Amino acid sequence: MKAAVVTFPGSNCDEDAFDALSRCLGVATTRVWHKETNDFSGVDLVVLPGGFSYGDYLRCGAMAALSPIMQSVSAFAERGGFVLGICNGFQILCEAKLLPGALTLNESRRFICRDVVLKARFVRSPWNSLLGQGAAVTLPIAHGDGRYWIDPAGLEALEQKQQVLFTYEKNPNGSVADIAGICNEAGNVFGLMPHPERAVEQGRKIWDSVLQSVRSAS
Amino acid sequence: MKSTIDDLEVSTLPMALSLGLSADEYHHVCRKLERAPVFAELGVFSAMFSEHCSYKSSKKFLKRLPTSGKRVVQGPGENAGVLDIGSGYAVAFKMESHNHPSFIEPFQGAATGVGGILRDVFTMGARPVANMDCLYFGSPEWPGTASIVRGVVHGVGHYGNCVGVPTVAGQTYFHPCYTRNPLVNAFTIGLLKKDEVFLGSASGIGNPVMYVGSKTGRDGVHGATMSSKEFSSDEELERPTVQVGDPFTEKLLLEATLEAMKARLIVGIQDMGAAGLTSSSFEMACRAGTGMEITLDNVPVRERDLSAYELLLSESQERMLLVCVPENVSALKAIFDKWDLHSEVIGSVTEGRSLKMTHRGRVVVNLPVELVTDPLILDRPVSVPSDLKQRWFLDRNRLLSIPVSEKIEKVLQDFSFASPAKLVEQYDSQVGNRTVSTPFEDAAVVFLRDISERKVHLALTADCNPRVCWLSPREGGKRAVAESAINLATRGAEPIGITDCLNFGSPENPEVLWQFEECIEGISEACAALKIPVVSGNVSFYNETDGVPIYPTPTVGMVGLIEGSEPLSRSFISSTDWEIGLIGVKEAGLGGSTLASQVFKRDCGQPEDTDLAMVDRTVKLFAKLRKSKTEFAAHDISDGGLLVSLLEMLFYSKLPTLGAEISCPGGVDLDRFLFGETIPRVLVAYPHEERVQFEMLAGQAGVPFTVLGATHDHSEVKLKQGGAVIFQSPLEVIKTSWSNRWAGLLG
Repeated sequence: MKAAVVTFPGSNCDEDAFDALSRCLGVATTRVWHKETNDFSGVDLVVLPGGFSYGDYLRCGAMAALSPIMQSVSAFAERGGFVLGICNGFQILCEAKLLPGALTLNESRRFICRDVVLKARFVRSPWNSLLGQGAAVTLPIAHGDGRYWIDPAGLEALEQKQQVLFTYEKNPNGSVADIAGICNEAGNVFGLMPHPERAVEQGRKIWDSVLQSVRSAS
Repeated sequence: MKSTIDDLEVSTLPMALSLGLSADEYHHVCRKLERAPVFAELGVFSAMFSEHCSYKSSKKFLKRLPTSGKRVVQGPGENAGVLDIGSGYAVAFKMESHNHPSFIEPFQGAATGVGGILRDVFTMGARPVANMDCLYFGSPEWPGTASIVRGVVHGVGHYGNCVGVPTVAGQTYFHPCYTRNPLVNAFTIGLLKKDEVFLGSASGIGNPVMYVGSKTGRDGVHGATMSSKEFSSDEELERPTVQVGDPFTEKLLLEATLEAMKARLIVGIQDMGAAGLTSSSFEMACRAGTGMEITLDNVPVRERDLSAYELLLSESQERMLLVCVPENVSALKAIFDKWDLHSEVIGSVTEGRSLKMTHRGRVVVNLPVELVTDPLILDRPVSVPSDLKQRWFLDRNRLLSIPVSEKIEKVLQDFSFASPAKLVEQYDSQVGNRTVSTPFEDAAVVFLRDISERKVHLALTADCNPRVCWLSPREGGKRAVAESAINLATRGAEPIGITDCLNFGSPENPEVLWQFEECIEGISEACAALKIPVVSGNVSFYNETDGVPIYPTPTVGMVGLIEGSEPLSRSFISSTDWEIGLIGVKEAGLGGSTLASQVFKRDCGQPEDTDLAMVDRTVKLFAKLRKSKTEFAAHDISDGGLLVSLLEMLFYSKLPTLGAEISCPGGVDLDRFLFGETIPRVLVAYPHEERVQFEMLAGQAGVPFTVLGATHDHSEVKLKQGGAVIFQSPLEVIKTSWSNRWAGLLG
């Protein structure tokens, strides 16, 4: 398996993702610079890491969505490649329209960093297939803009198409329907607000699901 | 006709005085220069001779601090101190205050405080791996306190979170003495290779001097001078002197600088902090014994028509001055371009130890380096506060007449007995994948995953007890060091070095300067006894409003190492079936205690001496406990005393039904057992079978050990004496008020 971690100038979890993949999970991982374009040949998983991509003084992820590398990421997703956006990466995926909805300022209007309990809402390959439906995972959150929003019709579609992969047991930020992570209709693009790369052991089943899926696909 | 010096002096003396120079300093400069300084030069002197930059009142005392040790790679005097941690690695760290700006504009003041200390550390070549912050706020009853707390906490969090450096520990303290003068003390530690330390030195005649980072604006002009004055009540007028921070640019500057260092393109580098371009250029030339020529017209600016004076003294953030060899200019520019940052050659290193700056074709500064960097050292008077003996009076009889349950109630109502969760959750404590502790433990623990040769963790803590410092500054200095050492020890760490951030009132007040001297003596005594060097620090004077000084507040940031892969002890209890014991003496001093303040409504009593030999033995005992793989939790006893410490060990546990029952040992003075706060005393909890281990190792170490009771699973706390219950309460009741105590302030 091969992974690539994208670095935007204000990414600050890129090294964390790199460390989790390469040191903790033993996955061959490369770093990709935001000003580049890349055909991601031979890459199985592209990770958009957490951080503040371009300072995020506009909407979080809005400028990153327009960067050269995101054209490559979109093309990669189009071909069915696995894309994981964590925290700021989730925000970028929404701004780039690779995922529906938007992430807005937390209900408390404050940054929140703490452990939260997630429940697997729908179980889908490749992201959480090793978890049973309703299974709990504890992961840290660390965000100021993590409140997921989508209109009622969009929410219904998400539910119907089983795109809601994780919900919060106790909603920390005011997200609609307690949503913590969603995938696209095809299931190959996944955005998650909590940080599995910071807690590889706690989030082991998520990582193992991805690793297993990639191995069986290749 | 040649005019005499006296003639010239008359011309600019009033201006010099209005810029904050003393007449003595002005005359000294004129004599050495054999002329009167011109306008921009006066700006240089006023900033560089300010207390903030010159340490002119504190220097003679600071020399007494022990600064050497086998691990010391770089002691005080550089941007940060550096300690060898083995395997070719080192850590660079420092703590610095940003007090005055944080009162004027809490969010930006605190944010730029974090930005400044981060730059001090990465300018040494270190990648920052953790931050701590010590915040001192005023009376919670004062209507302005809430907005200062919210602004400061938001500022600290915003900057650190965005740059991607975790805030892993700290202290938050409330006292009326900080009401109009909050303190923001920010600490950063970074990791670097021992033989790749970069210094702020402008060496190599002919080498280009480069400006990198953000453009220069008018913000923060004269911030250093502002920080060297007392506040009057119309501080609102000072707002334009507060700098504005941009953590995104800081992140770019951090990455670009480290990339340039890794490529070995830099000869010397320094942050443009207080007094901006002025201090960085003069200090870099001073360290190298060189001079510089700088063309101010080449400084990248964000506003038009900046005067030479403004260019010299702007404290715009996220800027660095660096020196490189001529061949590397284009490679450096390419790196800063990659990170979308400005970089410009603005001058060169020269022979002859003078600094010459030109602007629009005119020489605006031409000064000998040493004249600027060696200010007149002051020998200000010190005197013992006249009411010191009165502060020490503590009415023991009245204390004894109050029932114990009432005293417990009082201590548990203290504003400092509160969960900081709502506050610290605003800080990203984990980014970087190194943090292995929660923000609620005696010391934070950071795993150095970067070192593959061996398993090593850093332990970090920061501490100060201002109440004790006011009652006995020497004891307060000692206790800040001793308590930090004990905090580290409870996590199994060996303390290796400290940074001190010394916050005081005006040095022109002899009683304040006496406090300063005494605190230094106390810190020095403790550091010598525990063999811990001071490698960096910062002095902040003039922390007073309308003539009332803050309590002496010497914050100590201490760094320790935890070697090996044995499991880490925690500060909270994780079993409903553990024994509880006390390490250290059964009775401790009440002078300066929370109980005394709560009962008498004033801070009182003479703080008892810290037994430094006992501190040393206790630190070593914990190292042994870790090596012997004894399983335990440990939490030091400080503010509020033993019962408060026990409650904290229970509250931070995730077990919903956890409770505890302890008995007071026979024959003890109950007040001193329960509420005494002298260091070192540590509560420990452990599986019952580990008692033998504790008894044996404590006995060998010469440290008292007493079994007090055990945990259970009926979520209440019970205290017994001689078989009779003297206090009993469901934990839920106490925990609810503890959890909500700061809610009103945080909104």
